[in-house]
Amino acid sequence: MRHIVIYKKAGSFAENKDIARDIRVGEIIPALENGEEVVLDFENVDAATQSFIHALISDAFRKFGDETLDLISFKSCNETIKKIIAIVADYMQEGMGDA
Amino acid sequence: MKIHLPNSAFLGNIDSFLRGFDPTHPETLEITANDKWISVHPAVLAMVAALGLTVRPENIRCEKFEARSGHYLPRMGLNKILGISSEVSIVEHESAGRFIPLTQIRNSQELSKFISEMIPLLHLGPDQAQTIGYIVSELVRNVIEHAEAASGALLCAQYYKKTNTIRIGIADTGIGIKRTINRSWPASTDLEAIRLALTPGITGTTNREGGTEQNAGAGLFFIKSIASVNRDFFVIYSGRGFFKLKKNKPSSRLALHADPFKDRHSALSDLPYWQGTIVGVDITLDQTKEFSLLLDAIRKTYSSAVRERKRAKYKKPRFL
Repeated sequence: MRHIVIYKKAGSFAENKDIARDIRVGEIIPALENGEEVVLDFENVDAATQSFIHALISDAFRKFGDETLDLISFKSCNETIKKIIAIVADYMQEGMGDA
Repeated sequence: MKIHLPNSAFLGNIDSFLRGFDPTHPETLEITANDKWISVHPAVLAMVAALGLTVRPENIRCEKFEARSGHYLPRMGLNKILGISSEVSIVEHESAGRFIPLTQIRNSQELSKFISEMIPLLHLGPDQAQTIGYIVSELVRNVIEHAEAASGALLCAQYYKKTNTIRIGIADTGIGIKRTINRSWPASTDLEAIRLALTPGITGTTNREGGTEQNAGAGLFFIKSIASVNRDFFVIYSGRGFFKLKKNKPSSRLALHADPFKDRHSALSDLPYWQGTIVGVDITLDQTKEFSLLLDAIRKTYSSAVRERKRAKYKKPRFL
């Protein structure tokens, strides 16, 4: 299992999409491709933008479909971050199958 | 180019100021101002600064500001950023709690650094800081990623004690919304492009639902939603197109719309051509709704917008 601590990379306000891309490309997608489960740990992250969360996880939905939500877990999220993750998860699943 | 700073130009009445902007002769800039009083929204200052950075400093003619409030412009950093003398003596004040002077942001690192320094300057509570940081991050990242603006984003903000409001303005002189949107979606006018840019899930980077791995096409919709729920103004101007989200009436039922033209708004498509994009937003702090409640409404509206777009693409049965 791959445990990724978001605060260490993005700080308490997770808004830098370049950092999200680095986490996605360097850690999340390779781990999922290796059959590993991923835990995204939001401990000490006070806020995140929708753009950051999208850059972090949307590609996993494209590659692994709704199985993404069986493979990735989200730890220690506050209420706001939970809702932003839910929005991204919703629209990625709604849009599945779109050419 | 000519631009005249009037005695009052805020988001509620900014239309007439914009109509007075003269974009001809882009190699020179003449800045004039009302001689009695100058009171303008940060978006106006960001606009003047962004314009000035497209012109050589020696080709900027800025008249001496006679208005008693004329010192406001150099205090907000206009003269400094344009490299022109202010001809007024300025008593430097600690900006904490009052304003963010004109700042030029060209890349992602500068933005992250700016956000970390900006929040203490405004002396906000945690919820309010989250909302303002969110808005600035999404708007400036749009400029960095899509505008192709040589000067990056010009931003400034001001706290107004009387109305307990933070007013934010961001301007760029990049390719504008229409060219960005037209990479993936058809829009024949600047206004139509603005309408698409404000629609959740529409991005110039792709016409696929869900966007690309790096762009969703949701940033502007989120910010318009924040302004809408808080009953604040939100303005976007690009090319000849202009959209203003008007304040919702206190008595009206709050509803988010995927189509910005269903919001209480005004729209123009015949303004002087602005090469780039300007965004202005007001956030009234004592009206700021809890961010997490706003997200519930966004989730509902967003998903239903995606479903409707998908449904519109379904093949229809042929009835003979």
